[in-house]
Amino acid sequence: MVDSPPNRNIKQAHVIHQWKHGSPLIDCRFDPSGRFVFASSEDNSVQRWDLSDDSKFSLLAHDSWVFSIEHSLDSRWTITGGGDGRLVWWQTASEESKPARTIEAHQGWIRSLAVSPDGKRLASAGNDKVIRLWDIENGTLQEELPGHERHLYCIRFHPTDSNILLSGDILASLKQWDLSTLRVTRDFDCKSLHTYNTGQKVDFGGVRAIAVSLDGKYLAAGGLHKASNPLGSVHEPLDLIFDWESGKLLQSCVSEKIRSVIWRQLFIDQNTVMAVSGGTSGGFLHFWTPASAKEIHQFKLPKHARGMDLHFDGLQVATTHSDGQLRITRLVAKED
Amino acid sequence: MAINYSCKTSGHTMARRSFLGGMLTGAGAVVGGLGAFTAPKVYAKLNRDQKRIVVFNMHGGLSQLESWDPKPGTDTGGPTRAISTSVPGIQIADTLPHTAKQMHNLCLVRSVNTRNGDHGKGRYMMLTGRRQTPAADFPEIGAVAAKTLNPLQSSLPGHIRITPGGSGGRGNDSAYLGPKYASISLDGGKPPQNTTLPKNLTELGDSERNRFRQFANTSFLERRRTAMTDAFTYSYEQAAQLMKQREIFDVSKESEKDVARYGKHDFGRHCLLARRLLENNICFVQVSHSNYDTHNENFNFHLEQLEEFDSPFATFVSDLADRGMLESTLIVVLSEFGRTPRINDRYGRDHWGNAWSVTLGGCGIASGAAFGKTNENGTKVTDGEIDHRHLFHTYLAAVGVDPTGSFNIGGRDMLMADPEGHAIKEILV
Repeated sequence: MVDSPPNRNIKQAHVIHQWKHGSPLIDCRFDPSGRFVFASSEDNSVQRWDLSDDSKFSLLAHDSWVFSIEHSLDSRWTITGGGDGRLVWWQTASEESKPARTIEAHQGWIRSLAVSPDGKRLASAGNDKVIRLWDIENGTLQEELPGHERHLYCIRFHPTDSNILLSGDILASLKQWDLSTLRVTRDFDCKSLHTYNTGQKVDFGGVRAIAVSLDGKYLAAGGLHKASNPLGSVHEPLDLIFDWESGKLLQSCVSEKIRSVIWRQLFIDQNTVMAVSGGTSGGFLHFWTPASAKEIHQFKLPKHARGMDLHFDGLQVATTHSDGQLRITRLVAKED
Repeated sequence: MAINYSCKTSGHTMARRSFLGGMLTGAGAVVGGLGAFTAPKVYAKLNRDQKRIVVFNMHGGLSQLESWDPKPGTDTGGPTRAISTSVPGIQIADTLPHTAKQMHNLCLVRSVNTRNGDHGKGRYMMLTGRRQTPAADFPEIGAVAAKTLNPLQSSLPGHIRITPGGSGGRGNDSAYLGPKYASISLDGGKPPQNTTLPKNLTELGDSERNRFRQFANTSFLERRRTAMTDAFTYSYEQAAQLMKQREIFDVSKESEKDVARYGKHDFGRHCLLARRLLENNICFVQVSHSNYDTHNENFNFHLEQLEEFDSPFATFVSDLADRGMLESTLIVVLSEFGRTPRINDRYGRDHWGNAWSVTLGGCGIASGAAFGKTNENGTKVTDGEIDHRHLFHTYLAAVGVDPTGSFNIGGRDMLMADPEGHAIKEILV
């Protein structure tokens, strides 16, 4: 990804394009080459749009929703993880809707995938509360990491160290794993992302989104807080920014009067987190820095948002929406 | 119309008296979870005529699509998949893997259409078998069970609700049947309120106090006995018996092994307590599990909630079957309504009463069966449409109570169940 393209201006963000699919969309990813954007849908399919010609292609192999999509760094492989517990490898640019490899990887949903920065490993997190590490080229299971007591929501590799994996669960337990020893080396205090509602008798919240700045200086853990009515979607987004070195919480970033949850986030430069949230208030892109609890900018998307990714050009943001639209937002001023 | 009480046979009366006598004189043996009955078949023989009902109330509105009637691969199915059960040809949601193994003991009713999406009204309809109107109030199934199934001389209450929380005490759910049949809440699964002696009162002092009350009562009743004074007297006597038999309500008396089998969370303990109460011949127990009102993140919440429900419920069904109690115990899993097939913007499902499911099992019910059908994506009942009235009739018929019978209340016949309903004969055995 290009770090801070000179013409980027988040305050001039605007939607430039949208593609309609016949079913609500869930999550999305650009492939590293930047040619395609993939989005999963409530019809169990994954849709691939070619940015160069707007063509759409369907990938069908899952018996449940696909919650996570990742790519090998060379763009050769697209890997999808679904509610059927399957990992499916696809040739990214192929015109054949036939999986290259299917693995029954987890008991229950696969919620999150991550690719190591050296490009060799794929990590998957399942509802069986286990993280599994796979050889991304041949699909061989390498390691299993049990340790979370409740459902895992999100995993991410450190951007520069392939031996560091981060994982977060519904109870807002955020663990740092050393993959050379397969041990947890650190826990980050993210309790404010978890709510137990005594009236409704439900746990809610958790670590929904993890990001580490490209220079490894900051860790962000996103989700929600102020969940006065979890079952009714009364809660607000919350993003916790930590100093990586010390593990100290630097900022609790909020977006007041917005009822939504952070679904995904990325550092778009050394200091700025971009998060997508969706909820009763609609869909938003939030921009925060460690310097302030308040957003430096907020961009309202046309409908409820659910997933997000940033193109390698650092300017195009793909978002998936409940109205079945995949929207592309550019973080630059409108051209005349 | 005469009420067809299931417990009027002389053989039953003898067995019940014998059982209750044993309970009162040898409480230690009985309250230990009926540990004295080492042979389940002996236990089953003793209790086969005593019918019981246990209701699992999935508070908030359980999604039928994430439980009993999944629709995978359709526009309404969500990420939920269907799994095979112990009954070939019947599939349920993958959220219930343990329950799936008990399907041979259960019966799905997949064609419920109550045309209601209101919590309060739905709860009333499902527990009373009637629509709520300002003109009349009707007793809940627990009160009707306490009235019709509880042995006349039982010293224990016949209507118990186990709830996750609350303030305890008696419910206001018996309508014209009166407070004698109102529920006693075991909030948080704790024994009934005020069933221990105050610290400053000795057992001897309490005994003397009761003796004096009974003396005064007797004198009073000789001249002014009414139904009201009888109910008043009954309350005192029942309270005294409750205090003596308090351990029946104490789930901590169950073995560590059973506690582990049921799970060390509230719902697991509540299921084990329900088993304990039924074993002690409490004729109606309602266990609530909260909360399924998932307008937001329906799938995450159902995964969490049903993961907690699945194993203890399946263990409970399995235990009742192993102990020979299923033949005499009706199991009902209900909710105030189901949830919309349509998935909303927040991955939620909203209120929906037009095509949903209730699960039954045990006493009087065909096992390993599925009644009724919905269409491909669950938006409409296509076969065997029934509603709350039919279910209420079915509950009573299953435990041997004639649902067309009536209660004589102050000289007026009050029909037990809505006369416009009828039992679902196809699932009764």
